[in-house]
Amino acid sequence: MQAYIVRRVLALVPTLIFASLIVFVTVRLIPGDVIDLMLSTNDIGADRKSREQLEAALGFDRPMVSQYFRWIGAFVLDGSLGQSLWQSTPVMEDILHRLPITFELGVYALVVALLVGIPIGVYSAVAQDTVGDYVARSFAILALALPSFWVGTLVMVFPAIWWGWSPEVKLIPFSEDPLRHIGQMTIPALILGKAFSAVVMRLTRTMMLEVMRQDYIRTALAKGLAPRTTILRHALRNALIPVVTLVGLQAPVLVGGAVILEQIFVLPGMGQLLLEAVSQRDYPVITGVFLIVGLAVVFINLLVDLSYGLLDPKVRYR
Amino acid sequence: MTSLAHTAPAAAPVRSGLWNFLVRLFRDKPLGAFGFVVCVVFLFCGLFADLLAPYGFNQISPINRLKPPGEKYWFGTDNLGRDMFSRILYGAQLSVIIGLSAAALATVVSVVIGVVSGYLGGKFDMVVQRFVDGWMAFPDLVILIVVVSVVGPGMGPVIVILGLLYGIGGSRIVRGAVLSVRENAYVHAAQSTGASLPRILWKHILPNVMAPVIVLFTTRVGAVILAESGLAFLGLGVPPPAPTWGGMLSGSGRAFMYQGPWLALAPGLCITIVVYAINVFGDALRDLLDPRMRGSR
Repeated sequence: MQAYIVRRVLALVPTLIFASLIVFVTVRLIPGDVIDLMLSTNDIGADRKSREQLEAALGFDRPMVSQYFRWIGAFVLDGSLGQSLWQSTPVMEDILHRLPITFELGVYALVVALLVGIPIGVYSAVAQDTVGDYVARSFAILALALPSFWVGTLVMVFPAIWWGWSPEVKLIPFSEDPLRHIGQMTIPALILGKAFSAVVMRLTRTMMLEVMRQDYIRTALAKGLAPRTTILRHALRNALIPVVTLVGLQAPVLVGGAVILEQIFVLPGMGQLLLEAVSQRDYPVITGVFLIVGLAVVFINLLVDLSYGLLDPKVRYR
Repeated sequence: MTSLAHTAPAAAPVRSGLWNFLVRLFRDKPLGAFGFVVCVVFLFCGLFADLLAPYGFNQISPINRLKPPGEKYWFGTDNLGRDMFSRILYGAQLSVIIGLSAAALATVVSVVIGVVSGYLGGKFDMVVQRFVDGWMAFPDLVILIVVVSVVGPGMGPVIVILGLLYGIGGSRIVRGAVLSVRENAYVHAAQSTGASLPRILWKHILPNVMAPVIVLFTTRVGAVILAESGLAFLGLGVPPPAPTWGGMLSGSGRAFMYQGPWLALAPGLCITIVVYAINVFGDALRDLLDPRMRGSR
């Protein structure tokens, strides 16, 4: 098991190197001068910051290769991502402050997706080609097409018009009022989990149909095992492995969706931090959020890989 | 005479192929056929928005501001008295341009990376795939926001960024198809006759991976429209006064939704219907083009 974990972590190294290069290159090598953009957008001249100071602050006064190694070296050795250009606070501190909100929203959305997607997927497979199956499949495609920012907008506008109710627009900390905090997170989590539940439902259905044709299911039914037990104990457990993989693959989608929903529901998470940084052209923050989000997704996928053994005894860590 | 003899039979199979496809689509995949019809209507509205729209997309009429949907203004008017129906039609035009251009670019990028990486294999493939792994670790919207923040908003940048974004991710699908095709006997035969690499890729590999490529293109159109709407909603898409569907749900339109709730309905409904139609058509296309996928699943 330990050897497997070590091998799996080592296999991540090239991916992480490419991910860091993508972050670095995206912000620095795209046509157009970042400094000019910052100067024009923020009227930095009025702020008495010279172009040279900005270049030095961003580390742009050094050769490109040196910039990369300096940036990634500071991150790997000290966990430093530099300082925000406007707040002068360490970027890592800002990120660590916001990360739990996005993480919490993502976890709630994941729970929603699994609670909705798996039962409907199982039902849809068991009742293949019935009216219920068609309704479930149509719901799934519709859920994929519904833009979360539109649903979020409708939730903000129509209850306010009809009943004078609107969601909280200031974060209530969990420590202050746990129930209201969870209640505040529920609507964005439901919206964020909507599209994911559709993907989970479609994959669960496909995998259940595949598994239910296997000999061991036929054997279980032939020996008189109740269909309910056969489905839950034999079929579902085997059908769930690709669904777990899907959780890893969908992690970037969840984070991306969280950016928009945090903006609509005024949740101070990573998405809002990124959008604030974009509006201020605060590149150390943009780069930091970009990198941490990528790393988080890579490590979620690692955890997903390592969890296979818990679900499927056939998976051996050799 | 000879040329006539050559051209006449060549045209017939193409026509019958398309006709057969449409017959199968409407007979076997009614939901997919519905999606196809909606896609055609969407394309028509987008192409002929200038002729169909009763008003200009930025034609202001202060006296008619925030009028609810009615006989004169089918979808109502916004806070500046602009006709929402006309803006929706022009929005369809922008969505058609951005959706088709970015999806086409994405497909070309996917094909180039997927075909070359999948066919060549070895260390080249390994390096390219680690790059794709790294790229896919980032949420689409986060990449879009970061890149647009550097290059600035606008239709051109949005098309290029969406094209590259979905192109790199989609290359996995093309590569997967190439990996199975490259082992076929006709590819080995071409290799043994000394055919050049470009010829093998162009004449033998590419035509045999066209089915997944067509499906990829279709699904990418929907994904691009959804992503562009999200970007416009965040104020990072094509800048106003261009009437993008996502943009209509944000900015000044959003501030007046409480007085004119219809402002929140039409753009979102259009995005949902079009993306839904493209997805169900894409699903049907996949089933019809791939014999292994035919059936109810």
